[in-house]
Amino acid sequence: MMIDFLNAIVALSNFVLIPAIAYGSQLALGALGVTLVYGVLRFSNFAHGDTMAFGTMTVILFTWWFQSMGISIHPLPTALLALPFGIAVTALLLLGTDRVVYRFYRKQKAQPVIYLIVSLGVMFILNGLVRFIIGPGDQRFADGERFIMKARDFKAMTGLKEGLAIKTSQSITLVTAIIVVIALFWFLNRTRTGKSMRAFSDNEDLALLSGINPERVVIYTWLIVAALATIAGTLYGLDKSFKPFTYFQLLLPIFAAAIVGGLGSPLGAIAGGFVIAFSEVMITYAWKKVLTYLMPDSLDPSGLVQLIATEYKFAISFVILVIVLLFRPTGLFRGKAL
Amino acid sequence: MIRVENLHKQFGGFRAVDGATLEIASGSITGLIGPNGAGKTTLFNVIAGVHSPSGGKVTLDGEDITGLPPHELFHKGVLRTFQIAHEYGSMSCRENLMMVPADQSGETLWNTWFGRKRIADEERALRAKADEVLEFLTIEHLADHKAGQVSGGQKKLLELGRTMMVDAKIVFLDEVGAGVNRTLLNTIGDAIIRLNKERGYTFVVIEHDMDFIGRLCDPVICMAEGKVLAEGTLSEIKANEQVIEAYLGTGLKNKQKEEA
Repeated sequence: MMIDFLNAIVALSNFVLIPAIAYGSQLALGALGVTLVYGVLRFSNFAHGDTMAFGTMTVILFTWWFQSMGISIHPLPTALLALPFGIAVTALLLLGTDRVVYRFYRKQKAQPVIYLIVSLGVMFILNGLVRFIIGPGDQRFADGERFIMKARDFKAMTGLKEGLAIKTSQSITLVTAIIVVIALFWFLNRTRTGKSMRAFSDNEDLALLSGINPERVVIYTWLIVAALATIAGTLYGLDKSFKPFTYFQLLLPIFAAAIVGGLGSPLGAIAGGFVIAFSEVMITYAWKKVLTYLMPDSLDPSGLVQLIATEYKFAISFVILVIVLLFRPTGLFRGKAL
Repeated sequence: MIRVENLHKQFGGFRAVDGATLEIASGSITGLIGPNGAGKTTLFNVIAGVHSPSGGKVTLDGEDITGLPPHELFHKGVLRTFQIAHEYGSMSCRENLMMVPADQSGETLWNTWFGRKRIADEERALRAKADEVLEFLTIEHLADHKAGQVSGGQKKLLELGRTMMVDAKIVFLDEVGAGVNRTLLNTIGDAIIRLNKERGYTFVVIEHDMDFIGRLCDPVICMAEGKVLAEGTLSEIKANEQVIEAYLGTGLKNKQKEEA
């Protein structure tokens, strides 16, 4: 009985908790980028998914280059070494986009909906750019040790029937996400630059009239967004694989996460990321195994006990989004200002 | 000295400011009065760079500052407060004040990471200054309160406090007294006079409270329908036929007649 319970917990951790925590961290980092753009620049950046794709692509190119030169940081993936370079290139791209596209509309004091459409245009361009450079196919770039703990070793160690596997990419995701989130909150709350971003987000008129240079705030925002997008994209790519179309699709859960948490609220973006990730994983998981351990033999389920097939996982973010918008339109953390 | 020449501002077909010409002498506290919709706030907004003018010119000490964005005007010492107090609601009152001085060394990414000591020193000085300002405004007990949660009148004081964090040349106060009780209004008045005397701030004050205007302002400019109607001391303005017609109303005229 006790053993059954332990097996159930291990199976649950292995197939639900750990993957959902990793996926949630990736969504949270993505949603933070969306929320920052919304808070400071005041528009929904539809190009964010493809910004992530672009960032990841540059990281992959640097990784390949490093690999060809024999540089590695075994047992960690080489991509981590390439990350700062990827961020730098992505930052240049975003600043360039801002200079040639968004600044024009900022000068005109364009409506948010115009920005939104403009960002759609940017999205398509990035979409094409990424496919043009690296191709539409699947790219694997994870190297180094694949597992921290293998299922087989866990079984041998504990004598349980169920195994617990922890992928290197999953733990790197969690550690990196925690570091990034702490750094971001420290930056926003403790540094003058971060405070001027918050001030600008809180009350633009007042910020301008207190001498805060809007262009500078915008530049810092894009720099941070570039870092967040590249990190989120690379972590996702390491964990699964890189395919431009997948990143485009990620836009939905990321926006759902940002909106569920409350657009403009960094804390909300993180909470939203995990809400979406956990719902997605839990609803598409086949509970048969866990239930078989927990239920008396006579009640063992005969089906898979999977609520929704994985093909429909995007519908879940959508449904959560609708529910939140119906009952709490400002999101869990009352969004808008940073 | 600020010179406004033939300033126009149109919103669609509506002429909010319609050829206003006026001069604000350095070191004065100039009152700006007029009926609602006379274009006072729009005039402020155009001078302060919130709106760009449809025509005309604004100069500060001979330098053309027409249509400069607000943050650049700030650097030239042109500040303003809002009719409805603005504040960073999620920051404390002290932090609100500490936000004000521009170009702090903590604003560059380099210093954020590598100039920690310099930033710390600067923040300490700013903090002391902010506390001093809060004390001056008699709201030192609110230093750690979230600015979004203090009363309307206290927000107004905070608005005034913001202008004290830097060396302003000229400060535009848009209805500092609106929604503020008598005692607090007197505190604000005292603060304005002291800033004017001790630090040489020039003030332009929009206000409907004639006692307040009378106590502080010389000269007083009266606007109506986007134009400057009259200029002079408050008693001169009060005696001006046009002003009575447009703003003060005939009630006052009758009262003055009775008094005479």
